[in-house]
Amino acid sequence: MATAVMTTLDPNSRSAARGMSDLTIRNLFIIPTIIFLIVFNIFPLLYSLGYSFTDFRASSPAPASFVGLQNYRELLNDPFIWSNFAITAKYVIVSVVGQVIVGFGVALLLNRDIPLKGLLTTLLLLPMMLSMAVVGLFWKLLYDPSFGIINYTLGLGSFEWLSNPDMALYAVAITDIWMWSPFVMLLSLAGLSAVPKHLYEAAAIDRAGSFYTFFRITLPLVAPILMIAIIFRTMEAFKTFDLAYILTSQPTTEVISIRLYKMAFQEWQTGRSCALAYIVLIMILAITNIYVKYLNKVKER
Amino acid sequence: MAHIQLKNISKTFGNHTALTGLNLDIADGEFFVLLGETGAGKTTTLRMIAGLEKPSEGQVFIDGVDVANWGAAERDVALVLQQYSLYPRYTVRENLEFPLKPKIRRLPDAEIKDRVDRAARTLRIEHLLDRKTDRLSGGEMQRVSIGRAIVRKPRVFLMDEPLSALDAKLREALRTELKNLQMQLGATFLFVTHDQIEAMSMGDKVGVLNHGRIVQTGTPYEIYNNPRDTYVASFVGSPPMNLIDGKLVDGRAVMAPLNFELPFAGGAKTGAATDGRPLVFGIRPEDVYLETGAPVEARIHDVENHGVEKILTLRVGDAMLRATVPARTDVEIEQPVRFAWNPDKVVLFDKGSGISLRHAG
Repeated sequence: MATAVMTTLDPNSRSAARGMSDLTIRNLFIIPTIIFLIVFNIFPLLYSLGYSFTDFRASSPAPASFVGLQNYRELLNDPFIWSNFAITAKYVIVSVVGQVIVGFGVALLLNRDIPLKGLLTTLLLLPMMLSMAVVGLFWKLLYDPSFGIINYTLGLGSFEWLSNPDMALYAVAITDIWMWSPFVMLLSLAGLSAVPKHLYEAAAIDRAGSFYTFFRITLPLVAPILMIAIIFRTMEAFKTFDLAYILTSQPTTEVISIRLYKMAFQEWQTGRSCALAYIVLIMILAITNIYVKYLNKVKER
Repeated sequence: MAHIQLKNISKTFGNHTALTGLNLDIADGEFFVLLGETGAGKTTTLRMIAGLEKPSEGQVFIDGVDVANWGAAERDVALVLQQYSLYPRYTVRENLEFPLKPKIRRLPDAEIKDRVDRAARTLRIEHLLDRKTDRLSGGEMQRVSIGRAIVRKPRVFLMDEPLSALDAKLREALRTELKNLQMQLGATFLFVTHDQIEAMSMGDKVGVLNHGRIVQTGTPYEIYNNPRDTYVASFVGSPPMNLIDGKLVDGRAVMAPLNFELPFAGGAKTGAATDGRPLVFGIRPEDVYLETGAPVEARIHDVENHGVEKILTLRVGDAMLRATVPARTDVEIEQPVRFAWNPDKVVLFDKGSGISLRHAG
């Protein structure tokens, strides 16, 4: 009974005067959202699933013909696609690990009584609020070999961050770390401030050193919320497109979504790109599921 | 095992003064109870001894050494808190092992196991050792937290109202257990509570704290029978001591606004109790008795039946007096009765300062 859980409408309210029931009001709020979801999410999702079994090309008027699992078979046997996945995996690991280390570290530094703590936290959150494209363009300037401020401050001369095939992926990851560490920091800070103070006092009385306290008390208690941050960041990093696309166009930085984009909108292999998109989706779902399982285990402990 | 001394301790938090000029002396192996109302400064005192709080003024000595610059770890004290402070996500065994495992003081595994098992046996929590702490009841959690204190063999045990979150039955049981434990270990205990029954039943010595000052220290017997002032008299004992305004006339107690008289025998330093001086008479409810032909008439205002005894509220004029009488006493509300008191047990307090005439002149 859906109506049973809802609170009753205040009989004196304006809505009640217009003769609307609780149910009407609920529908008024929910139906637009549902329509929106169906039109923009669920319909394209199913439609592209259909295309992934065809050789459809959006650029040609030829009708799509059903090819069965051919797209999937070819994609999964394509060594180039696998190298794209390898690049993506490397990128995800570097960037997420970096974000967790930097974000959690800064959170630990901020989790004490320091002057201007609120202002400092807010300022540190700024990178997260910028648009990806803007960040990409800025960092392109910062990385510039001839006049970029990074080489200037680090005294690296004309070190080529973005056009060096071995360095470019790390350069993109560094930018991502800069941008999204604040997110990890914010969640970690919430987790850290939820650790009861009396536990630290008890540990001090029990003569535990600071490392021991950190690994035995702080970390286990913050772990669940840190896991959530890691899940979010992994999913996002896996899907990264804008930063890598704007910063550089090295073959070593061709993460899976760039490959997907090229396949769909430069090579116009619409059917095949739909299949690739589904493979990516399934991979993300699988990874997230592993994390969620682990998260539940961490929480249970 | 240690001897603790607090000398002239004051503590302020911003504008709020928590403690003023506190002096305490806790002998080695003593069970000392700090008794006071909420906000009297008991916990602050405890935290200062533990090293979690620094005194604004004054010194803390442990075994004669000024420990001002020692952290909590160096002081080697154990603290049991009201909210248990068990480490979440660990089993009872892991919690008990916690203080023994830090690398710097790491004990051999056999020794750790031995100590944990012994503590578990003492506190009767052996069957819980492999359970997670969030699956324990309040009493079990408090035992574990006491266990974590005793595995370490600290110099002093500090306990901050460890029993007040438990239900009455359990509180009684743990009270006895704690007292036995202390005797068994021969350790110095400082126990903080707002519950005067705990204080009276457990303490070798009791210190009564009121608004950041120690009002009286002494054995429970002294505190109960010879309270230093009207605050202690009304705080300790359940029901509390009766306090009635009056003065002395020719060696008899005359209640000033109430107009009744009772005999009175000593109970003050000679010369202090002069005729006509405004006084407060204190008498414990158990020293008030009903008797036909007793000097004062009263009416029964209320009867509380406690099984072994009845607590009567007597009304004289518009003043109320409590009397503890045997349960078999047959009385009814509004029944007129006559009562007297035990003249030897009367305590005199100065009306102005509230201080007992036995303690001050």
